[in-house]
Amino acid sequence: MENKRLLDIKDLRVSFFTPGGEVKAVRGVSWSLDEGEAIGIVGESGSGKTVSVYSIMRLLQSPGKIIGGSIKFDGQEITALSEKEMREIRGNRIAMIFQDPMTSLNPVFTVGNQIREPLKLHLKMDSASANVRAIELLRTVGIPNPKRRVKQYPFEFSGGMRQRAMISMALGCEPKLLIADEPTTALDVTIQAQILEIMKELKQRRSMSIILITHDLGIVSDICDKIIIMYGGEIVEYGPIESLFEAPSHQYTLGLIGSLPKIDVTEKEVLTPIEGTPVDLMHPPAGCPFAPRCSETMKICLTEKPPYYEIGEGHYSACWLHHKESGKEEN
Amino acid sequence: METLLQVKNLKKYFHIKGERRGHNLLKAVDGVSLDIYKGETLGLVGESGSGKTTIGRTILRLYEPTAGQLIYGGKDITKAEFLPYRRKMQYIFQDPYASLDPRMTVGDIIGEPIDIHKLAKDKNDRRDRIFRLLDGVGLSAEHATRYPHEFSGGQRQRIGIARALAVEPEFIVCDEPVSALDVSIQAQIINMLEALQQEMGLTYLFIAHDLAVVKHISQRIGVMYLGKIVELNSKKELFLNPVHPYTKALLSAIPVFDPKVNRARKRIILQGEIPNPLDPPKGCVFSTRCAYAKDICHSQIPRLEQYEQGHYVACHFAREM
Repeated sequence: MENKRLLDIKDLRVSFFTPGGEVKAVRGVSWSLDEGEAIGIVGESGSGKTVSVYSIMRLLQSPGKIIGGSIKFDGQEITALSEKEMREIRGNRIAMIFQDPMTSLNPVFTVGNQIREPLKLHLKMDSASANVRAIELLRTVGIPNPKRRVKQYPFEFSGGMRQRAMISMALGCEPKLLIADEPTTALDVTIQAQILEIMKELKQRRSMSIILITHDLGIVSDICDKIIIMYGGEIVEYGPIESLFEAPSHQYTLGLIGSLPKIDVTEKEVLTPIEGTPVDLMHPPAGCPFAPRCSETMKICLTEKPPYYEIGEGHYSACWLHHKESGKEEN
Repeated sequence: METLLQVKNLKKYFHIKGERRGHNLLKAVDGVSLDIYKGETLGLVGESGSGKTTIGRTILRLYEPTAGQLIYGGKDITKAEFLPYRRKMQYIFQDPYASLDPRMTVGDIIGEPIDIHKLAKDKNDRRDRIFRLLDGVGLSAEHATRYPHEFSGGQRQRIGIARALAVEPEFIVCDEPVSALDVSIQAQIINMLEALQQEMGLTYLFIAHDLAVVKHISQRIGVMYLGKIVELNSKKELFLNPVHPYTKALLSAIPVFDPKVNRARKRIILQGEIPNPLDPPKGCVFSTRCAYAKDICHSQIPRLEQYEQGHYVACHFAREM
C-alpha cells in the first residue's frame, strides 16, 4: 500500500550561535513521513530530536537557526515561508503537544478559551459553535463532565487532564500532522496508557500522521510504524520498527538497548551502560559521532563519516562495521 | 532471613492549610507494615501521590511519624534519639541538582557526615576517606575541590551516593535515584548501586515509579496506591502472578519492548485518575477505579493479608481474582 508522502526532510542542519561558539545541534538529517504513519524519534538529551521538530514548526528561537537543507510539508517548502504564512499552518495543519502540560497552557485563560482560539482563528468559527466543538473535543479525549470543565482554568486540572486538554487543543483543526514531544514523560503509567490509547485511535480513525519524540523505546514499539535513532545531531539508524527491534544494528542502538532494564525479561539481566559522555556539539567528531564511546571503533570511524548501509528492507544504519571489507581490516 | 527493619502500621498525616475543615488532613501514608530483610533490595512502586517517598522519609525520621512503630535491628527507633541511627541509615535523593549545596565543594559535601559523626582520626584521615569514597563511585581525587555545578547529572548522583556512603551505613533509602538521568547514565548508576551492595552488604529500600528499573534491582516489590500497600511479593511472582486489580492494571499499562507483543496483548486501561488524597474513597482506596468493585469495597477497608507464603494482597476478593 503506497501512501501519500506528507513530510520530506532533506539534509537539515540547525545551529545555535552562542557567545561560546557555534553549537551544531542537527547536522544533516534526512527522513520522511507518509500520511497516516507514526514515526518515533529516540535519543538522549542533546541528540537533536527536539531541535529537529521545532524546525518543522519553525519554532526555533534566536540564537538557533536553520542553516541548511529543506523541509517539505504537503509539497510546500516550510523553510521558505514567511512568518505569516507559517501561522496558517501552525496549529492548523501541524499541531504540537509538549512535554510539560502545565507550562504550555496559559494559566490566566480558561481551558475552553484556549481550545476555542485556534477554531476561531483557522476555521473562522463563531464563539458559540467553537464552544460546542470545544466541549465535544474534551469529550473525545475522555475528560468527564466537559461542560463544566471547559469553563475551568488549567490549575483546576490534574496533570493527565492537562495533557488531554493539550491534545484536544491540538486536534481542534484536525491537523494532518501531530508532533508530540515527550507527551507522557510527566505522567504516571496508567495515565500514560490512556493518552497513548487516544493517540493510537486518532491515527487509525483519522489517518493522522504522528511524530513522537521520546526516550522510551517501549512507547515507540507500541504506537509507531517507523523509528529514528539520533545521536549527536545525526541519525545513526532508522527503519520500520519490526525490523529495527528485531535486528538493531548500530552500536549506539545496541548500547541504548543494553543499558535499558526490560520489563519483559524474566532472567536476571545484566545492564551494559555506554561508557563515556555525550558528544560536544561545539566540536563534533569528524567521523562517526559515536566513535569516541564505541567499543568497536576502527581507524576509519574517527576520520570519515560512515554512509547509510541498507541492512534490511528500508532499514538503514550508519556504521562502518557494515562495510563488506570491515571484518578484514586490522586494528 | 534476618529482619533489619520492621515498619509497623506506619502513618504519616499532613495538615494542609486553607482547606475546608474535615478535608484538611492528607493521609500520605496510612497504615503501612513492612519487613525489610538484611542485604535485600525491597522495591516500592506506585504513581505520584501514592506515598512512596513519604514512607522513605518517615523511616529515616526526616518526617516524624504520626503513628506506628519503626524497629531497627530489634530496637524501637520511633522516638529514640536519632543521631546514632543516621550513621546506619542513609538517603539518596531523586534530584541530583537540588540535593547538593551549591556553595560547598564536593570534598566538603562528602566530608560533612564524616565530621558530624566524628569518623576521621585527623585531617589526613578525613582527606583519605573522601578520596576513597570518590574513587569508589567512579570519580577521582581531583574532583574534591570542585563545586556541584561543574558536574553532569550522573556525576552529581555519584557525589550524592558517596555522601551517603561516607558514614559506612547498613541501610540506604534510594528515592528515585536514576529517574532524572539519561538511559545510558541510568545503567551506570544502577550497576554501581548493585556493586556497592555486594561489596558492603548494604540493604536498600528502592523507591521508583519506573517498574522496569525496580524490577531489575529488587528482590521483593511492594505496590502502593493512595498511601497503602496493596500488594507485596517476590519480584518474580509479582510479575508472573499479580493478584490485586491495581497491580494487574499497572503491569499491563507498561509498553514492553517487543512490538509484536505490544500489539497482541490486551491492555487494562484504567478509567479516571488517582483520587484526591484529601478526600480518599471510603473502603478500598482503589474502589473508584476498580472494574471488580462490589458493595463491600466501597464501605470496608481491606487489610493487607497473606495470600501465599511471602505474598500479601489487600483486596476483599483476592481469592477470586
